[in-house]
Amino acid sequence: MLRFLITRLVSATVVVFGVITIVFLLIHLVPGDPVEVMLGEAAQPADRDALRQALGLDQPLWVQWGRYVQGLAHLDLGMSLHSKRPIVDILGERVPATLLLAAAGLLVAVVIALPLGILAAVRKGTGWDQGSMAFAMLGVSIPNFWMGPLLILVFSFWLGWFPVSGMEGIRSLVLPAFTLGTALAAILSRMVRAALLEVLSEDYIRAARAKGLNNRTVVLHHGLRNAALPVITVLGLQLGALLAGAVITETIFAWPGIGQLTIEAIQRRDYPVVQACVMLISLAYVLVNTLTDVAYAALDPRVRLHA
Amino acid sequence: MSIRLALPTAVIVLWCSVALIAPWLPLEPDEIFLSKILMRPSSEAWLGYDDLGRSIADRLAMGARTSLAVAFSVIFVSLVVGIFVGIVSAWLGGWWDHVIVRIIDIFIAFPGILLAIALAGLLGPGIANAVIALAVVGWVGFARLARAQTLTVKHREHIDAARSLGTGRWRIGARHLLPLITAPLIVEATFGIASVVIAEASLSFLGLGVQPPAASWGSMIRDGTRYMLVSPHMVLAPGMAILLVVLSINLLGDRLRDWMDVRRK
Repeated sequence: MLRFLITRLVSATVVVFGVITIVFLLIHLVPGDPVEVMLGEAAQPADRDALRQALGLDQPLWVQWGRYVQGLAHLDLGMSLHSKRPIVDILGERVPATLLLAAAGLLVAVVIALPLGILAAVRKGTGWDQGSMAFAMLGVSIPNFWMGPLLILVFSFWLGWFPVSGMEGIRSLVLPAFTLGTALAAILSRMVRAALLEVLSEDYIRAARAKGLNNRTVVLHHGLRNAALPVITVLGLQLGALLAGAVITETIFAWPGIGQLTIEAIQRRDYPVVQACVMLISLAYVLVNTLTDVAYAALDPRVRLHA
Repeated sequence: MSIRLALPTAVIVLWCSVALIAPWLPLEPDEIFLSKILMRPSSEAWLGYDDLGRSIADRLAMGARTSLAVAFSVIFVSLVVGIFVGIVSAWLGGWWDHVIVRIIDIFIAFPGILLAIALAGLLGPGIANAVIALAVVGWVGFARLARAQTLTVKHREHIDAARSLGTGRWRIGARHLLPLITAPLIVEATFGIASVVIAEASLSFLGLGVQPPAASWGSMIRDGTRYMLVSPHMVLAPGMAILLVVLSINLLGDRLRDWMDVRRK
């Protein structure tokens, strides 16, 4: 286990530095002079030089990279060009909203996917199975930037059940959470079905049935528990897509999280903030994936032996 | 042909043909009719008019062109780069393979289309930059798949035989290796087209894709959300178009996968 942990940690570190480097390089991809793009063509030369110096853009690339990493280590992400405030403070205000939305989206996904997947596996080949899988197919194909507006149209405008946008109270969380969670629910229900079907054909399930246990106990206790492992892995891997989906969902619902901040920063050409948002979401994803891997290895000895 | 195969095939054929012949159709996607602003669907205009008085049906056809062009460009570039990188990595092995696998790992560490959103935002809006941004994200999956496939067939006897006959590396790659690894890549590319259609529309929805007055299904939805209470038809038509195309590709992809007997990773 220790060997597995060390290997996994080393590769995660390499990935983290890679991600940092790519995000760092992003600002150099801005066509032309980034300072000119940020300040506009009418800016005074003195202001340009000041900004260039403040961003360290007058230094060689590797020095800039070193400073950037050093800043990160001290949780210093620089200043926002728009609000002139430390980026770390801005991120700090936005993170809770995104975490809340992501958690709610995850909850929606699990609550929809578990019953659907179980139903489809237990009633394999019937209308229940086909219906559940049709929903799953629809769920992965429906774009969230369409589903969000549709939900607003029906549940906010027509029925008046939920607020259109913003973040006020638990009711404002419902529509964004469904918009964000549907795609994951679809993927997850397929995964639950596949994993459960595989487990249900095992010998110990037959033994459990032979013992005279009722179907409910066999499926929920003996089946689902063993099917959980691959499902959890997929959940970890899909969390990245969930975070990326939050960018669009937050934009639709004016949800004051990191995703909305990313788009606002892009529109304001506040590039250091764009960098910081991409970095934060990506590093969170790397962390979740590493934890998923480690948890998987801790639960299933076969994984760490193969590593 | 069963109806479950015929329907999605019909949708895809319609999508491709409308996209390809759109410039020669009598369309007026940018023509403004002030008297028809926000006009609801009726017998004379079956999808209605938008907030500027432009025909939604005509703009939908031009949007089909945008999504098809972006989808195929992105998948083409991603496939070429991905296959090349993947085969080279597996073929050379050792230190090279190690470095390339690390680079692939790093690109995969960026969740979903987040990197594409950031890239498109920094490069500036426009269809060419959207293609670049999506291809930068897209090649990785193909590279990983091509590498894994190459590793499994690299030591087959016919390749050893070709090598001992003195066949050059490039020829072995193109003639003896590539045909064996294409099936899973084609399946992956099919699903890839579906995700690029959504991704392009996402970028355009966020204002980072095609620029007005050019039409994209994503930007049509974006414009429509502002008038949703009075004119929901502005949002319904382009969304339905995306859903039908993506759903059809996914359904056909599933069939293709079963037919070619490829297991997804």
